[in-house]
Formats: sequence, C-alpha cells, structure tokens
Amino acid sequence: MTMELTGAQALIKSLEHQDVDVVFGLPGGAILPVYDPLIDSSVRHILVRHEQGAGHMAEGYAQATGRPGVAMVTSGPGATNIVTPIANAHMDSTPLVVITGQVARASIGTDAFQECDITGITAGITKHNFLVPSAEELPRIVAAAFHLATTGRPGPVLIDVPKDVAQSTMQWWWPSSIDELDLPGYRAQPTIDVAAIEQAATLIRESSRPVLYVGGGVLKSRATAELLAFADRTGIPVVTTLMARGAFPDSHSQHLGMPGMHGVYTAVTAMQRADLLITLGARFDDRVTGRLDGFAPTAKIVHVDIDRAELGKVRHPDAAVHADVREALAALDATGTKPRDLTAWWSQLRAWQEDFPLTYDEPNEGGPLRPQAVVQALSQAAPAGTIVAAGVGQHQMWASQYWQFDEPNTWINSGGAGTMGFGLPAAIGAKVGRPDRTVWAIDGDGCFQMTAQELVTARSEGVPIKVAILNNAYLGMVRQWQEMFYDERYSEVYLSPDLPDYVKWAEAMGCVGLRARNSEEMYSVIDEANAINDVPVVVDFRTDSSEKVFPMVASGKTNDDIMVHPSQQGARS
Amino acid sequence: VTPAPEVYEGGAEAPATHHILSVLVENKAGVLSRIAGLFARRGFNIYSLAVAPAEGHDRFSRVTIVVDAASTPLEQIMGQLDKLVNVVQILDLRPRDAIERELLLATVATTEQNRRVVLDAVSEAGGSVVDADTRAVTVMLAGTPGACDQFERRLESFTNVTLHRTGRVALPRLTPTLD
Repeated sequence: MTMELTGAQALIKSLEHQDVDVVFGLPGGAILPVYDPLIDSSVRHILVRHEQGAGHMAEGYAQATGRPGVAMVTSGPGATNIVTPIANAHMDSTPLVVITGQVARASIGTDAFQECDITGITAGITKHNFLVPSAEELPRIVAAAFHLATTGRPGPVLIDVPKDVAQSTMQWWWPSSIDELDLPGYRAQPTIDVAAIEQAATLIRESSRPVLYVGGGVLKSRATAELLAFADRTGIPVVTTLMARGAFPDSHSQHLGMPGMHGVYTAVTAMQRADLLITLGARFDDRVTGRLDGFAPTAKIVHVDIDRAELGKVRHPDAAVHADVREALAALDATGTKPRDLTAWWSQLRAWQEDFPLTYDEPNEGGPLRPQAVVQALSQAAPAGTIVAAGVGQHQMWASQYWQFDEPNTWINSGGAGTMGFGLPAAIGAKVGRPDRTVWAIDGDGCFQMTAQELVTARSEGVPIKVAILNNAYLGMVRQWQEMFYDERYSEVYLSPDLPDYVKWAEAMGCVGLRARNSEEMYSVIDEANAINDVPVVVDFRTDSSEKVFPMVASGKTNDDIMVHPSQQGARS
Repeated sequence: VTPAPEVYEGGAEAPATHHILSVLVENKAGVLSRIAGLFARRGFNIYSLAVAPAEGHDRFSRVTIVVDAASTPLEQIMGQLDKLVNVVQILDLRPRDAIERELLLATVATTEQNRRVVLDAVSEAGGSVVDADTRAVTVMLAGTPGACDQFERRLESFTNVTLHRTGRVALPRLTPTLD
C-alpha cells in the first residue's frame, strides 16, 4: 500500500521510526513546513530560547541516556547558532542528529534571505552531513544519519532540508536494511584482530607498573562492566579521564582518579612512572599528556580505539588494537593475561596517595565558601544516581575532582571543545532524558550568564533541574592563569558577585532562587534545593575568588612538574 | 609488459616522502571539498591532485592524490581520509609499484627564427603539436611525471610560455616489484 506524504511529514515519520521521543528546537522560516506535522506526532518538542541551547540539550540528553540527541532549527542564523554544540559534540564523540531548514533548492546559491551554506560550515565538525536533494531521499537520509551518529565512533550528523523539499510530496517508504542506506564507504565496526590482542596480552604479562588509562570511549561502547571485571581480575590501577568520570567507580580501591592538567597527583604520576599504559578509548589529549615529549617516558603503549586514526595520531602504540573497546576488553580478559607482581607498584602508589590527596584550605566559617566544599556537600546530599553537568572552567575541575562518581553516564561536561555555557542546557537535556534522576548543573557565574535564558525553557517545559552557581565574581580559570602566569595583572576577568542578582534572575524566569554565603547557609540551602522537585532551582553560592584549582600542570610543562596544593609543597616523596 | 624502472619515474627530484593515494569516492556533490577541507584543517600537504569519474562513473570517482608524508605519517593521512563517509577505498601506491601518467599542455610563442627549435624540442620529447598559428604553437605531452618535468624545463628556455599540467593519475603495476 502506498502512502503519499509531504517531505515534512516523511521527516517526522522517519524520526518516529527511529524511536525519537524528543526533539529540542526552535522554528523559523525555512523549517516552518516541518513544524506543522510535528503537532500531530508522538515526538515531544522542547521549545528553546536560543538554538545553542537546543544543541547542548540534545548533547546532555545523549550523554545521559546513551541515545542520540535530536535538535531542529531553521536556516541561516538558526543553523549558525547551533554550530558551537555541533563542534562540541564532534570533539566529545556525542551522537547527535541536527536538522536544519534550508532555503528552497532554486534559491540555494543566490544569497537568499536566511541562507547559509551550513553543510559547508559544518563539514569539518560533523561525522557527516547531508543536503537533502529530494523528498524521496528523506527516509534513507534520516536512517543513514542515525546509523552514522550512533555506530563506530559516535558523533554529530547534520541534515539540511530545503524548504521546497519539505513541501513537495513523495511515496512513503522506509529502508529495510543497512544496505539500503547507500553508504558504500562506511564501515562501522572493525573486526577484532586476534594477533593485536595477543600482542597486548603479552605486553600486560611483561609489565610490572601498568596503568589502565580509561577514556570516554569506555562509556560510549558501554564497556564499564567489562572494565570492572578486567581491573578486578588483574589488580591493575585505573585512571579515568575527564570524559570518563563515572566509567569506573570512584569508591573502588584501585581507582587513582583523574589524570591530566588538574588531575590527582597519584593518577598523573602513576602514568609518568608506568611501564605500560593500557589505553582504552582515550586519545592522548594535550590536557592529559602535558608536554608530549615528557609524557610517560618509560611506558609502553597498548592503545585500543574504534577509530583507526587515533592509533598513532599522538603517541606511537606498541600494540594497536583497532576495535570496539568492549569487545577488546572481553577478548583481553579471555586470554587470562595478568601483569607481574604489583606489590611494589601498589606500595609506591599508596605512598603517593597518602602524601598528596586532593585537598583545599579549611572552610571559612563566616564565608566566603570554599567551592570545593560546596561540591562535596552537594555530592554527599545527592541521591544515588544523581546526574551532574558542568560548564567549563574552575567549577568544572572542582566538580570532576570532588563529586563522587560511582555510576556511568552521571557526569556530563564539555571536554574537548571546552564550551562555556554548556552546563545548564546540558542539564536540561539530561533531565528530559532521565526524568527519574536528580540533575544538578554545577556552573560558574561566567558560564551561567552565557546560556541561562534556558531556565525559561526548563520552567515552561516542566524540567525541574537544579543549578549550583559557584559564584566567585570572576572568570575564575582565566583569573587563576593571570594570577599565576601574568604577575597578577587581571585583565577583563572581573564580573561582580551581585550583577546580575542571580536570585532575582531565577525568580524572573519562574524558578526558585536561593543564596548561601557561609557554611551554615550552604547546608540548609542544599537541603531546601533538594526538597524542591516541581520547578527548577538556582542556588547562588558565594565562593572565594582567590581559590585556585590544584594540582596543576602549567601549560608547556611536563607532568613531572605538577604543582600540588601549597600546603603539600615539600612533602614530595 | 612494462618492466619496473630502475629509477622512480616521477623524476629524480621526487622526495622519498611522496606517496600516491588512489582514492575511490562516491560521485556526490561536495566530495572534493570534503577531501580538500580535511587536508587543509589537519595540515596535510597535497603535492598534486587529479579527479575524474571512475569505472561505473555515475556512482564513483577516482581521486589521485600525491601527498607529502614528511610532516604527517601516511597512516594518519589514510586513517583520517578513510573516516570521510564518501570515501570508499584508498590504495597506497608506492611510486615504484605504480604506473603514473600526467598530461602537460603548453602554448609557446614562436618567431620565424625559433619556430624550428621549438618544434624539434617537442618531437625530441615525444610530444605533439595540437594547435598552431603564425605566432604560437600549443603542444602536449602525455607521459611520466619525470618526462613532464623534463619537458617543462626544456620549454622554460623559451620566452612567453603558458604551461598547464593535470597532476598525475596512477594505477597499481600489474606485477609489484620485490623488496
């Protein structure tokens, strides 16, 4: 039986076929035809206040649920406003399908109203993109976009839909197999190379100071159970990168914490002294390695990645395993490989942990608050399974350091791109995807001001997120660098603690606004915020502006030059 | 059967870091721009590039890219290229295992005095005259990149030369050389 549909109807029907439950978006001229059949669809639409919000919400949704996030915007400025989230998703391998309206086919290339070459603009920041040539192609392209976004190394895929394509008619069809997607150049899943696994197993067997270097790929391939089993059986210490927080429980005795520029001393130094890094879905990012020629100088490298181009991109691997990390871990485990006796290695690691735990100065009773103490208090008061999202900067580092992560997909942040303003809309997307979970956004005052208009979205769409602003009145990370590396010459970093008034801002947007200036207020306000579950809550935590993130590896230094907290200097073992 | 050459046909000047990638791509709008964009944003060097429809030419094109792997390892270039969804197949041709050809077209201004010299130079190189009037000749040479290099140098000794080369195309030798 044939069914005649408009392109717009076919597009919405295709989303339904992909089991899309929610689309984050904002309509406009070129995408107008697609918004009409949306009224009759089972797909929920979240109306954002700025297209960047739609993109970050889709990212938050994807990171919290493991399902692709979907955003839909109009042409021209609608499309360019979502470029930042697309770039962000590309850097962090987040599965997104972004639908943009485009001017009618006959107008393409004429500088028509709200025309822009969004497939050209996003070619370098998408896994792939499509300009839909005809309505007949829509089902195939939508199915291909979801296939590309979610398989192999995930990433954002953009579908640009000319207005007249949405308005023209087609005979409905749906591709019945992957072969019908017309992707002759795409191979999603590498077949595992037994020889490479054997090589990796041998390196592990010969190692006496191994470290499991765990990246975001472990979460993407849902390999956390396999990782836990492998770590338990082998006794090898684990570090989890910023993208992998939650992939291995913080409460596990083998977990050394986060490596990198603001990593835990023991995690950073374990990699520096290791004789083997078992790299799982990580990419030797400069924030992890510090100065590359001084990174893990004595370590051999096992590198497991689903993206062949990551193998050897930064650091030459001694065993390169081009595979899904979950399959590779299972295969490695099956070899029964075990390192040599790790007693000496563990006693060294325990000594470092003893001497250099994460630390901060004692809380000031009268305030201002220590931001680290705020994160710890929030974490302790949060129900199990709480999802936490962050923006970018000092607050993000403190959240990653002091939040206790024990479950996968409970930490949502902007790692590779470092997009300020990511946290609040990402928290909204996470809460839409996981309404059963408490969702906290831990934000900085600078980040908050970039995307906080989405509180209106949260309130009007009934998405009761909680937002903790670590308000230190500064662009704090930049301030920290200026203090440490620019002779305390502060250039354009002061924001004011009171302008805007964050409580009134929250109230103006229909949310509850709270404020805490000292420890006593902090605990009571956290309880108050946790008790509110019907509307979004914003808490203005007044924190100490002079507080800095430690440990720190300065830019251009090797990880051996890690700066610990001032109270620990001289304690070096 | 063309015997494997003693020296690389690309000419003695071709750096050892040059590799020929024969890339089969989907014949779709924007594919060339995706390839060029990838090379530009990752800082890979393209030495020459030629593109035309391949066998089954409604669906696929073949792009021959000579890359310089001096600054980026070839595996990295191929790995990134392979991630382009429209790229179907990549062949890394070692220059000595490839048959390479290139076309050179040149218009040379002539005078009564030098016309004979120009025509002799063309026939010496195995080229041919494809257009002519009283003031100039347009000549062509289809040959190895080395032969084209040599012919180009010869033509540069004349004044007022407009010269255009296609960039090379390549296919694997039927019988690869042994190491």
